[in-house]
Amino acid sequence: MSQTITIDPVTRLEGHGKITIHLNDQGEVENANFHVTQVRGFEKFSEGRPFYEMPSLMARICGICPVSHLIASAKACEAIMSVRIPHTAAQLRRMLNLAQMVQSHALSFFYLSSPDLLLGMESDPQTRHIFGVVGAKPELGRAGIALRRFGQHIIELLGNKRIHPGWVVPGGVTEPLASAKRDEILGMIPEAYANIELALRWYKQIAETFAPEIEVFANFASLYMGLINEDESIEFTDGALRLMGARGEIVADGITAAQFPEVIGEAVEPYSYTKFAYYKPLGYPDGSYRVGPLARLNIAKSMGTPMADGELSLFKQISDDGPVQSSFYYHYARLIDILHGIEKIEMILSDPLILDKHVRATAGVNRLEGAGQAEAPRGTLHHHYKVDENGLITWANLVIATGQNNNAMNKGVLQAAKHYVKDGKFTEGILNRVEAVVRTFDPCLSCSTHAFGQMPLAISLVSAEGEVVDRVVR
Amino acid sequence: MSTSVDVKTLLIDGQEVSARSGQTILEVAKENDIYIPTLCHLDGLSDVGACRLCVVEIKGNNKLFPACVTSVFEGMEVTTVTERLQKHRLTILEMLFAERNHICSVCVANGHCELQTLGQEQGLTHVRLPYRNPELPVDASHERFTLDHNRCIMCTRCVRVCAEIEGAHVWDVMGRGIDSMIISDLHEEWGKSSCTRCGKCVQVCPTGALFDKSKIGSDHPKYPDFLPNLNLMREAQ
Repeated sequence: MSQTITIDPVTRLEGHGKITIHLNDQGEVENANFHVTQVRGFEKFSEGRPFYEMPSLMARICGICPVSHLIASAKACEAIMSVRIPHTAAQLRRMLNLAQMVQSHALSFFYLSSPDLLLGMESDPQTRHIFGVVGAKPELGRAGIALRRFGQHIIELLGNKRIHPGWVVPGGVTEPLASAKRDEILGMIPEAYANIELALRWYKQIAETFAPEIEVFANFASLYMGLINEDESIEFTDGALRLMGARGEIVADGITAAQFPEVIGEAVEPYSYTKFAYYKPLGYPDGSYRVGPLARLNIAKSMGTPMADGELSLFKQISDDGPVQSSFYYHYARLIDILHGIEKIEMILSDPLILDKHVRATAGVNRLEGAGQAEAPRGTLHHHYKVDENGLITWANLVIATGQNNNAMNKGVLQAAKHYVKDGKFTEGILNRVEAVVRTFDPCLSCSTHAFGQMPLAISLVSAEGEVVDRVVR
Repeated sequence: MSTSVDVKTLLIDGQEVSARSGQTILEVAKENDIYIPTLCHLDGLSDVGACRLCVVEIKGNNKLFPACVTSVFEGMEVTTVTERLQKHRLTILEMLFAERNHICSVCVANGHCELQTLGQEQGLTHVRLPYRNPELPVDASHERFTLDHNRCIMCTRCVRVCAEIEGAHVWDVMGRGIDSMIISDLHEEWGKSSCTRCGKCVQVCPTGALFDKSKIGSDHPKYPDFLPNLNLMREAQ
C-alpha cells in the first residue's frame, strides 16, 4: 500500500515548514514536497504607506536578516528618488550587510547545522543542538557564538540596534561612523579571524566523512545566480546579477534590479505559500536556479580579498568541470563567505573617506516605480515598488532568496528521500537527513512567505490513497 | 494707586501652595514641581482639555477635573495621584492606542513619542480593548511634511499652534466623536492648502502623525520647547 511520511515541523530552520514524502504501492518514494505553511502579506499591507517608510517596515519581515531587507528596500526607494547615495554611505551599508552575513551564516552553520556535522545525523535528537556542540567540542561552539556576536555587535555599533536598526534610510544612512566605533570594530577583527580559521580547519577534517550525504544532498545540475562586481568578484550590496548555467557557461549577465522582473518569473504551486522563481527564457520549472553562498561562489571569479581567494580556489577544485553541484557545499561556501566578510570589513574600515560626514542624499518622488536588489545571507533579494505622485505605495513585490531556492529544495528533498527511504521504512536519522538537505540552503521561511505563527517545521508519509501513514512532529 | 494681587491658597497633594487668581491647577502644580501627566497641553498654547490625562480630584466633589482648564479657588484641596485617577489615565491611554493604528516599532516617532512615553510611565502593559484598526489615509502631498491619520490622537495641538502662533489657521477638525479628523483648509490636500510651511505643527505634534519627510529613520525628535521662547520674544516686542 502506498503511504505518505510527514515531517512536521522541520526543525532547526528559520520559520515554519513541513515535508511530505509520498510512497507508491511498492513502498518506493514517488514524490516529496517541502511546504511553507503560512502567509504574512507584507506586500499587501504596505500599500498606502509612504515609500520612505518601507525600509523600516520591510525589515520587520525577519529578525535574522533585517539588514538585507533594509538595503534592498532602501535601494528600491532610491530608484524612486533617482539618487546616487554618497560613497561613504554606500561603504557603511556594505559593511552593515557583511556584518549581518557573518552573524547569519554563523547562526546557520554553528547553531543549526553543526549539530548534524559534529554529533552525526543519527545522534540522539535530545542533544543534537548547539548546547550538544558546546559540550562535545567547546572551542567550536565558542567560535560560532563569538562570530555571531561579532556580526551582531557591528550592526549595533553602526545602527544603534542589533535587530531592525533604523539607520539605513532611502538616500543613505542617518548618521556617519564615529572614529571610536571604527576602532572598536578593528579591535574585534583578530579574534574573528581566529574563529573562522578554526571552523574552516574543522570543516575540512570532517567534510570527507560526509561523502554519502554530499552525493545525495540536492546534488544535481541547475542554474546559479548572484551579484558580482564588474571585475567578476563577489558582491553583496551593489553590482549586478549573473546567471550561470550547469556547465559553468554565462547564461545572463549584468542584470540590474530594474531588469530583474523581465528576466525572473514566479510560479505558484498549490502545496506551498512560497513562490517558485525561475529564469523566464527557460520557463518553469526548467529555468529554476539556486542562489546563496554556493551560487555566489560558483559565479564569482574571485572574492576580492586574499585569504578568501585562497579558499575560493580550493572550493573551485571540488568540481572538475563547471560549478559545484551538491548543496552540501553550501556549508563550506558559507564559511568562505564569513572569511570574506571579515576581510572586507577590515578593508572598508581603511577607506580614507569612511568617517566622512556626508552620508545621506535627499530627494522626493522622481519616478513612480523603483526596484532594488542585494545579497541576503541566503541569496539574492529583490524589492520592487510602485508609488503614486505623493510617494504612497500602490504596489509592492518581493522576491526572496528562499523562493528562488524553492525548486532546488524540493528537488533536493526528493533526491534524498528516494535515496534513504527504502521499502517504506525509515528511521529518525533518515528523516533528519531529509531535513538536513533543507538546512543546507539555510532557508528563511518567514521571509519567503512573510508568515507568522509557530516557528518550527513538521515530515508526513502519505499512501497512494492519500492516507497519512506516519508523521513526525517535533 | 497700587494694584493688589488676588492670592489664593490651596493644597495640592497635601502641600500648601499659593496661586494668583485665574491660574489653572496645572500651572500652579508646575510652579511647585508637582507632576501631573498631560498630553494635549503644551506650554505656550491655549488649553482645550481634550485628552483628559491631567484629571485630578478636588475635595468635596466626586467629579474628576482636568487640571489644565480648572481654575484654582481659595481653600481648594487637590489630589493628583489616587488609584481612581491612575485607572482613568490608564484607560484613556488604552483607548487612544485602540482607536487608530499606533504601530510603535515602525513609527517615525518611536522613542520620541509622548503617547509612547506616557504609556511606559503609566505602566501600560497591554490594551484590554479590541483594536479598531480603521482604514485611514496618509496625506503625503506636502513637499516637506506628511500627515499620517493613523497616528493622530486628536490632541489639536497642530490646530492651535497654527491658529494662535503662526496665525495661518490651516488646520481644523472635521466630523464628530470618534470620526473626527484633522483637515487642512476646507479639507484640501495639505500640499494644496494655504500652509506657510513653517513646520510648527510638526514640532508640537506629540506622536508620529505629523513628521518631516527628511527626518525619517531612527531618530525624529521634536522640539516643542521653541513655543514659550517665541511667546516671550513676542511679548517683549
